[in-house]
Amino acid sequence: MQEYVLILISTVLVNNFVLVKFLGLCPFMGVSKKTDAALGMGLATTFVLTLSSVLSYIIYTYLLQPFGLEYLQTIAFILAIAAVVGFTEMAIHKTSPALYQVLGIYLPLITTNCAVLGVALLNVGEKNDFIESAVFGMGAAIGFTLVMVLFASLRERIDASDVPAPFKGAPIALITAGLMSMAFMGFGGMTH
Amino acid sequence: MMAAIIIFVSLALLFGLLLGYAAIRFKVEGNPVAEQIDKVLPQTQCGQCGFPGCKPYAEALSKEETEVNLCIPGGNEVMILISEITGLEPKEMDEKVTENKPKETAYINEDVCIGCVLCIKECPVDAILGATKLMHTVIQAECTGCEKCVPVCPVDCIEMLPAKVTVENWQWPEPALKPTDHTVEKNKIGAKK
Repeated sequence: MQEYVLILISTVLVNNFVLVKFLGLCPFMGVSKKTDAALGMGLATTFVLTLSSVLSYIIYTYLLQPFGLEYLQTIAFILAIAAVVGFTEMAIHKTSPALYQVLGIYLPLITTNCAVLGVALLNVGEKNDFIESAVFGMGAAIGFTLVMVLFASLRERIDASDVPAPFKGAPIALITAGLMSMAFMGFGGMTH
Repeated sequence: MMAAIIIFVSLALLFGLLLGYAAIRFKVEGNPVAEQIDKVLPQTQCGQCGFPGCKPYAEALSKEETEVNLCIPGGNEVMILISEITGLEPKEMDEKVTENKPKETAYINEDVCIGCVLCIKECPVDAILGATKLMHTVIQAECTGCEKCVPVCPVDCIEMLPAKVTVENWQWPEPALKPTDHTVEKNKIGAKK
């Protein structure tokens, strides 16, 4: 039990995928203008990440390893991720048309969110077992969602404040992201 | 090598089947209620309801922004179906459409027609044949009886006549809405006209 908690803390805070490992920066910048959209994106990514990390674990352990096909892991994982994303997109379109509208193009782009592939590959690299993979994927996704929502709330407030003209828009957002990343360095060393 | 091919083909097939199933399972109709109403509307796109076609009327109905009794070609039956779908109170149709008249189609009195093409532009189903300064005629099989061409004719040469019952278009009489329905009587009156 303790190790799962440690994995969660490690992925959510200490080795946060966005701010420490710098994965998944595209949606981090792209969908963080509004808090609702950021939360929706975070939840969609959470679903995809958890499912795809479990799925890629299964594919790796039961299909690739027994046949010595580890060198094909990237393409197999991408296939699994793309399928899960496609499924998620259809499910969201059906269940929550409003969220579908808000997420727009970023929903299919979860496929190319490098955090998703990163989690799958890191799972394999760290030789996580089934439950560890699931917890690892979920932790990464929770960390992603947390940072998305924090960053989106920051950006909403920055939009309302008086930003010097040259820094308006993307530049101030990047500076904010940098400061957040530095803040997250404070967690460094709590776990490996 | 073979193992790799087999594994990847079966993986692709598996995911393909999953997505195919999801596409059916999570099929999105624009608006389920509007879609349902649109199905019971007669699709004449006649615009007599005041909306630019059956679909917009169905969408307005699904948002409960309009009345259920505006579809004139559909008559009472469609009004009742719509109120069943939307849960809105059924409303009396306007006077002139409450009578259960038999299907009527437009006839153009070809001696009077001046070939102004106004009715051709008006016809929602392109059932009127003709060209400028040439006599027009109605393709009876296409006419839906929406009566949109009648008011636009400058010489009043269009008449709505009950469709002739032939061996081809005869149908079993529709079940009456109420047992004491006087559909038959009305039909007789209509036929006399």
